Amino acid sequence: MGWKDVALTKKGNAVLLNGNEAIARGALEAGVCYASSYPGSPSSEVIDTLSKISSSDLYVEWSINEKVSLEGAAAASFAGLRSMCVMKADGLNVAFDFLTSMNLGGCKGGLVIVVADDPLGHSSVKEYDSRYLAKAAMVPVLEPSTVNEARDMVIQAFDLSEQLKGPVMLRSVTRVSHTRGLVTLNKLPKMRRKAEFPAGECFLTKTIFHMKARDRLDKAAVIIEESGFNYYEGFEGADTVIFCCGTSLLYAREAIKTLGLQNEVKVVKVGTTLPLPEKFILNHLQEASNVIFAEEIRPFLEESIMILSSRHNLGKARFYGKITGDVMGLRGPACGEMNADIIIKVLANIKNLYYRTPGYDPEVKEELGTMIPPREYAMCPGCPHRASFWAVKTAIAVDGRDCIVAGDIGCYCLGAWDTGFNLFDTLHCMGAGPGIASGLSKLGRFGLERPTVTLVGDSTFYHAVIPGLINGHYSGSDYLCIVLDNSVTAMTGHQPHPGTGINTCGEPATTVPIEKIVAGLGIPCKIADPFDNKNATECIFEMLRKPGVKVLILRQECALVQARKQGKKKRRVYVDQTICRGDTCGCGRFCTSVWGCPGNIWDPVNGKAAIDEAVCVGCGVCAALCPADAIVVEEVY
Amino acid sequence: MKEPLNVVIAGVGGQGNILFSEILAKAASVENFKVTVGESYGMSQRGGSVSSHVRLSREFLYGPIIPAGSADVIVGFEPVEAARAALEFGSPDVKIIVNPRPVYPVGVLMRKDIYPEIIGLIKKLKEISEQVVLIESTELATKAGNPVAQNIVMVGALAGSNYLPIAKEAFEEVIINVVPPKALELNQKAFLMGIEAAQELIA
Repeated sequence: MGWKDVALTKKGNAVLLNGNEAIARGALEAGVCYASSYPGSPSSEVIDTLSKISSSDLYVEWSINEKVSLEGAAAASFAGLRSMCVMKADGLNVAFDFLTSMNLGGCKGGLVIVVADDPLGHSSVKEYDSRYLAKAAMVPVLEPSTVNEARDMVIQAFDLSEQLKGPVMLRSVTRVSHTRGLVTLNKLPKMRRKAEFPAGECFLTKTIFHMKARDRLDKAAVIIEESGFNYYEGFEGADTVIFCCGTSLLYAREAIKTLGLQNEVKVVKVGTTLPLPEKFILNHLQEASNVIFAEEIRPFLEESIMILSSRHNLGKARFYGKITGDVMGLRGPACGEMNADIIIKVLANIKNLYYRTPGYDPEVKEELGTMIPPREYAMCPGCPHRASFWAVKTAIAVDGRDCIVAGDIGCYCLGAWDTGFNLFDTLHCMGAGPGIASGLSKLGRFGLERPTVTLVGDSTFYHAVIPGLINGHYSGSDYLCIVLDNSVTAMTGHQPHPGTGINTCGEPATTVPIEKIVAGLGIPCKIADPFDNKNATECIFEMLRKPGVKVLILRQECALVQARKQGKKKRRVYVDQTICRGDTCGCGRFCTSVWGCPGNIWDPVNGKAAIDEAVCVGCGVCAALCPADAIVVEEVY
Repeated sequence: MKEPLNVVIAGVGGQGNILFSEILAKAASVENFKVTVGESYGMSQRGGSVSSHVRLSREFLYGPIIPAGSADVIVGFEPVEAARAALEFGSPDVKIIVNPRPVYPVGVLMRKDIYPEIIGLIKKLKEISEQVVLIESTELATKAGNPVAQNIVMVGALAGSNYLPIAKEAFEEVIINVVPPKALELNQKAFLMGIEAAQELIA
């Protein structure tokens, strides 16, 4: 519901927003005209929010991948408009070729690239520090610490971009993007800009423009030295300094407060980690005896400050960071998330303080710990992917040639976990499955005889699968590409894509059906319903045995979308316990122990299967698979 | 008042954890607290554990992660998730409000892991914590009209517990603002049932 608060025109109101909503608000306050993105957690809510308040003054787009998304946003900037492109860290890789080209020639209207990193990989297959890419691309980086500052920094990033005539990156992390805090609204601008692309004004990439990019960073260094992005807190003459950026500022403050070290430790907040505000940092570095670095993921700030220190021959201070191995959580240095406990530990060590972590005694924790089973990821009740995975698993077993399964990125990456029957042999990035399947299919001459299947999603298909298919078809590869088509970009919160027939703002749009693209490529294509599991299994089995590249679309709408549309359940599913044979059946409790849907539970009292009707969505696939036909599907009117 | 007040809301994807923390944070800001909510819901749609950290302070803007052992109140939508939160953030001073209805992890269904006996688990939590209050929020929400409103029953239970210096009226005001009008009556009912259930148990 945050988008309503984001759209409020009245200034001075304090509203509770998450970091992504605050970034959306900041963009509006800065007069953004064009905002685009490909969905990716933890960044998706920025465009989810703006898509609800798009107007004649604001164009908002869910693009099919980050590269075209950034190209569109850059075009708006070339025409003098303020534009913003949003992505998760992994997405920056996709957009990177264009970014490194565009940043040479530069742009015109403020262009802000918001990249949300995901330390600890809350919703990613990798944790990844995008600042190193920004450094390679020579793009300045701003890092907000709080939700309110995220809003402020977006506005400043637009200004900086226009001063430099080049893009500026705002690096968020999960704990900014998915944190809620109070934001005091500024006023929204009234005037809108006119787009102009005068004849003769060019935006080109030439090697010689490398110098322009370098000079832009030099200019940025001067500007940020005078900006309010970088500041310190605490006792100026403190012998111990914590250099921090992003959320680590809050953890550092809390650590100091917890240990009562307000008069001994200074916090230096670096808002611009590229380029560094060198004079500002040197001021605080010169007199320090102990220097602690607190930042998310890799030692980016730490490396830069160490180089600065060595350039100025400041050999006096002892450094405590990820490189030295002093700053670390449970996963060791430079892996996982930052928190106050990590900084408390380092500070207590430096200051020789005894700090007892609050909480239960270790014996109590150990005992309680043994009672708590892990909660692994599970696919939703009624998820069509479960049915698709089961069909793939069964077809591979019948085929008997020990098929290799190349996975891809989406909800269905759970094919690499128990809930997806541990089906995947490979899992990497968007669109990697078809490329890997193609490569594996070429290895027969070297003795690898296992056939290959790749599982990709519908949104992934548009994002990155098509080149792999063309390459495979052209090079005479042999693999079956199964598109798990749940008709929405599900993982990131149900955004539309070209197959859905609606646009970013929910209006009717051109549909680009997957089957027509595949047919256009000259690749054989079939469509099946995973809920008709027997037929889907037969299709997979048959197609596996045919040569060349083949595509099978397993189409069934995401269970969450269906539930939302239907409101009430259409079918009631229950176990007829007079038919269920319990453990004497020989099925090994198929519905609970194998199938793994949260709706299928075991009734220990009767020793029979049961359905948790509060959870079951009524897809009825388990009824078709039950060997005893004990599960009943009843239409509800 | 202790500074800051730390509340962990622990549950399973789909149980309405985010709405709960939004209501709590907005009610706290009505009472002029500086409030930070840290949410981890990356895999929430996939049946994983979901937890929110709500931090209330009169003087200081705290970070989105509660330090180890520093929760004052844990609201658990599911008993094992309440215990998991207690293990990391609980202490002998913690107060726990818990819905005892289990949501079995897939590893338990697949018989790889064992789900603890609820009575034993609750007994253990009672033994090591300041107070444990059992709220049959799913059943109460079903009575109110829809089991999905169990999170709002739990909002009521938190309001009725008086564990936090936030008036019931503040919660009520926020619920009116954040809940869609057509679901308001159901949610108000669920909220009141939560208050009553907590008051009976804590009185």
